[in-house]
Amino acid sequence: MSPAGRELHALWSVVRRNFHLVRRYLGWELVFLFYNVINTLTIALIAFALPPADRDRTIIYLTIGALLWNFLSILFQEVASSVSWERWEGTIEYSFMAPIHRLTYLAGVCMYAVLYGVLRTIVILVAVALFFHIHLARADWLGAAMILAGSSLPFIGLGLIGAVLPLLSTERGAQATQVIQGVILLVSGIYYPISVLPGWIRWMSHLSPATYTLEAARRAILNGEGPLHLLPLTIKLFLSGLILVPLGLAVFQLAEHWAMRNGTLKRSG
Amino acid sequence: MDEGSVSPKAVAVEGQGLWKEFSTKKWVGAKRQVTRSYALKGVDLAVQRREILGILGPNGSGKSTLIRLMATLLIPDQGWLKVFGLDVIRDRQRVRRLINRVSVEASFFKKLTARENLAYAAGLYGVSNAKAQVEATRILASLGLQRDKLEVPLETLSRGQQQKIAIARALLTSPTLMLLDEPTTGLDPTSRRDVQEFVLNVRREHDSTMVLCTHDMAEAERLCDRIAIIHEGRIIAVGTPADLIASYASGGGLEDAFFHITGLDQERLRAEAEGDG
Repeated sequence: MSPAGRELHALWSVVRRNFHLVRRYLGWELVFLFYNVINTLTIALIAFALPPADRDRTIIYLTIGALLWNFLSILFQEVASSVSWERWEGTIEYSFMAPIHRLTYLAGVCMYAVLYGVLRTIVILVAVALFFHIHLARADWLGAAMILAGSSLPFIGLGLIGAVLPLLSTERGAQATQVIQGVILLVSGIYYPISVLPGWIRWMSHLSPATYTLEAARRAILNGEGPLHLLPLTIKLFLSGLILVPLGLAVFQLAEHWAMRNGTLKRSG
Repeated sequence: MDEGSVSPKAVAVEGQGLWKEFSTKKWVGAKRQVTRSYALKGVDLAVQRREILGILGPNGSGKSTLIRLMATLLIPDQGWLKVFGLDVIRDRQRVRRLINRVSVEASFFKKLTARENLAYAAGLYGVSNAKAQVEATRILASLGLQRDKLEVPLETLSRGQQQKIAIARALLTSPTLMLLDEPTTGLDPTSRRDVQEFVLNVRREHDSTMVLCTHDMAEAERLCDRIAIIHEGRIIAVGTPADLIASYASGGGLEDAFFHITGLDQERLRAEAEGDG
């Protein structure tokens, strides 16, 4: 097998392993999916407290926020928790002593996260559509798909940075990734426009890729703006991904080096 | 030279002046307390090709640290270490292609079946799933493990069965250097015997060098060409089992030689070894 073929084979092994794990923890996965569906419906139902004229638009506004947050948080969480999961199983030393580039291993984790995130988001979307009978005739799905693809990269980059934390601290690293996720949720305008945020925190919205993703997705689905109109935002997201992915990878490799120096790859530290 | 092949003249493992220190940090009230301990203190070692080198030492003597350095999982603070002439830091990727490891904990995804775990592990080394499954079935049959055990989640298997699957996982990648870190600790006598026989078979049939950490003196005497005794981070004696016995325990066994060399209390060490099991 050629070196490139070996790397691709290894990448697929990581993706397949994760889908095997989903199958083994199917009960939990179904519970989480059920919770996500209910959570999305609950959030969208807030719109029914508004006058009928604003209702439909608000349902879609909130649903987009819930769906995108669901997708992006799966992406971020799967990537960020890959290290803590392997540490918990005790397999991390075996995965990390394999003769593959770290990028291959992480790309496998990311590819699984994207596939799994899309799958779950589709299920939730179907459930929401059936529940509310919402009309999305104006939506530009090509534009929305383009935005979703563009936003994956920066979130993978953020996930890689988050994955570093369990390498640095065996005890508190995984919890710290939840803090990052919480801050992104607060500042990115998932369920409200960022203009409602207090001034001292609003600047953080401009740093979050989720802010641009949501703005573009809402413009595509609510206003029917097509790929051409959304191109500047897509390019912005793509460029932020081009910065965040190599940055995340570099930070990850530095952290791995640190862990190898300090002996923290091992489960017990 | 192909990245998976090795120079025929290269020593399998060669290291000099290896030091490794670990620190643990904890908060005591408002003060951060750092405790430092040396796992290795200037270790020199050489393992010849096709040799089985045993590393004997009490708990905390530095055995696993040494194995982890060879496995490219740790970076030494000082000194250098080469595997078949390749530096474990600079040539890490090429070293990884030559080695595999069986550790004292069988370290698997516990909910996955043995087949799924082996497919993952083999995939990381570029071994096709079909080839891995055939080879794993063959290896496990020779270790006395029934075929149906491959189809159930690892968590339902005994420790001995899991350890046999760990050995199959390591061998699937045809490593030139096998690192065996207490592979038989906690196994029942039959499983222990199966694993030991298998190690000897592998050595007979393959171009494989092995480094074996163990607490079990009989195992070390049976399997190893030479034994290095490590104590408090230093290798304090190296030789064939017969040489060590002749030099340090004339009329006795390897265990007597070990206690003589380390100056340790026999009863305490036995209790520790039983505790591990």
